[in-house]
Amino acid sequence: MSGTPPGRRGSGAPRPVTLGARERRRRAVTGGGSRTAPAPLLVPALVAVAFLVVPLVGLVVRAPWTDAWDILHGSQAATALRLSLWTSTLATAIALVVGVPLAWVLARTDLPGLRVLRALVTLPLVLPPVVGGVALLLAFGRNGFLGRYLDQWFGITIPFSSTAVVMAETFVAMPFLVVTVEGALRAANRGYEDAAATLGAGRMTVFRRVTLPMVTPSLAAGAVLCWARALGEFGATITFAGSFPGRTQTMPIAVYYALETDPDAAVLLSLVLLLVSVAILVALRDRWLRGSTV
Amino acid sequence: MRRTATVAVVALAALGLAGCGSDDAGSGGSTSPSGSASASSDVTGQITVLAAASLTESFTTLGKQFEAAHPGVKVTLSFGASSALATQVTSGAPADVFASASTKNMDTVVAAGAATDPKTFAENVMEIAVPPSNPGKVTGVDDLARADVKTALCQEQVPCGATAAKVFENAELTVEPVTLEPDVKSVLSKVTLGEVDAGVVYVTDVKAAGADVEGIEIPTDVNASTSYPIAALSESENAATAAAFVDYVLSADGAKVLAAAGFRQP
Repeated sequence: MSGTPPGRRGSGAPRPVTLGARERRRRAVTGGGSRTAPAPLLVPALVAVAFLVVPLVGLVVRAPWTDAWDILHGSQAATALRLSLWTSTLATAIALVVGVPLAWVLARTDLPGLRVLRALVTLPLVLPPVVGGVALLLAFGRNGFLGRYLDQWFGITIPFSSTAVVMAETFVAMPFLVVTVEGALRAANRGYEDAAATLGAGRMTVFRRVTLPMVTPSLAAGAVLCWARALGEFGATITFAGSFPGRTQTMPIAVYYALETDPDAAVLLSLVLLLVSVAILVALRDRWLRGSTV
Repeated sequence: MRRTATVAVVALAALGLAGCGSDDAGSGGSTSPSGSASASSDVTGQITVLAAASLTESFTTLGKQFEAAHPGVKVTLSFGASSALATQVTSGAPADVFASASTKNMDTVVAAGAATDPKTFAENVMEIAVPPSNPGKVTGVDDLARADVKTALCQEQVPCGATAAKVFENAELTVEPVTLEPDVKSVLSKVTLGEVDAGVVYVTDVKAAGADVEGIEIPTDVNASTSYPIAALSESENAATAAAFVDYVLSADGAKVLAAAGFRQP
């Protein structure tokens, strides 16, 4: 709209002005626009910021800092955190092993029905997690259409185990990785892959030596996003895996229950998760806080 | 573009104003709290009833009957673990009546000043629910202590969890559940899906589930009971209707519905 001066970048005429590094970066981020924002944009933007930040302030203000250690030590926080960390890490590892090849198939092949396939595998992204949990239960539960054979033939029952937690988390979180990596693969310059192939590299070699290195930043970002989503998983987990301390009671479930019995513990557990999230954001600052697009 | 934004902002502002307006009207109109059923002209409008999960069937019926008896009244029911509902009430959730499956959770609400003078309207005892095929071959409460029997219980802070714990204490059993569920209906659904071999629920839940589960009685000498108190909430914006609903649950008509569901009279 109006208010923004015509783009200065790429306007053709060379400018006899040397920009400082800081200014160059600013222009790269903002597209060279003006520093000031018109009030109709600025005011809603500030409302949005307040809305997003105020609840977190509430969490920090309400926290019982003085006996934080005793409360955390007395609750099942450590057990729940340990369970959450290893299950979400395992879920991310599984997502990497099968999700990256899936992203490649979606981005690089033209198999029939690819659009339907893409819709199917990204469905968990928009599906309410509880529905995912019910679906998992009906497929892999003891009476599920696959689970019953696992039970009858091998005596394996998945629900209410840590395996179920990992499965629920993978189900909900893997699409984040797939979508991120697929986007990167589509945006990547295929000329390099073609060049490598022309020079005699096999398809797997091209994938390993050219494609993967090109999308490494997105791969990392997708993996962290996937991990964070797995860490926060609640609905599918409590539906499919239930809740038992040390086995299936992850941090979000512990927070939920603690709110009824020990609100102080719930606040502290939430803060622990908040800290983890902040750490993720810091780790990803190059990607998100500087507004790159790939 | 700009026009759309303006319209949206105006609409939001109007919504906000309307919200404030109705709040004022509500608090202004609720100045006669102890009107109860006798002042039936006040019994109108909408009320929200928070009720223990085990009351799902009976309170759904009671709500419908109450609506039929008082045209113009709309009863909105919300069911969940009594402990979760108590937390909602004490954190200011807008509601008019709270019906708990244990005195403990009601006491929390009363202690927080959110309700006064709760009345006990029913009692309930525990029963073992197993899938119709009884895969764990459960015949009595002792079987729940077997390592090969997968048992679902409620969380300790939920009344059904606390009452089940009392049963095990009476029977001197140590039961290692596979899952601690958020409320009694979640336990029941794990049984109806056949995912666990047994769940400890209320007799009323076994009755409500019909053919989906099989009930195995717990002997009276080890069984434990829980009391159901009900109270209108202090923050109610429709106190007359809330009080009338509480009276209705405590009335002979209410007792009939509750008895049919398998509850005992206190």
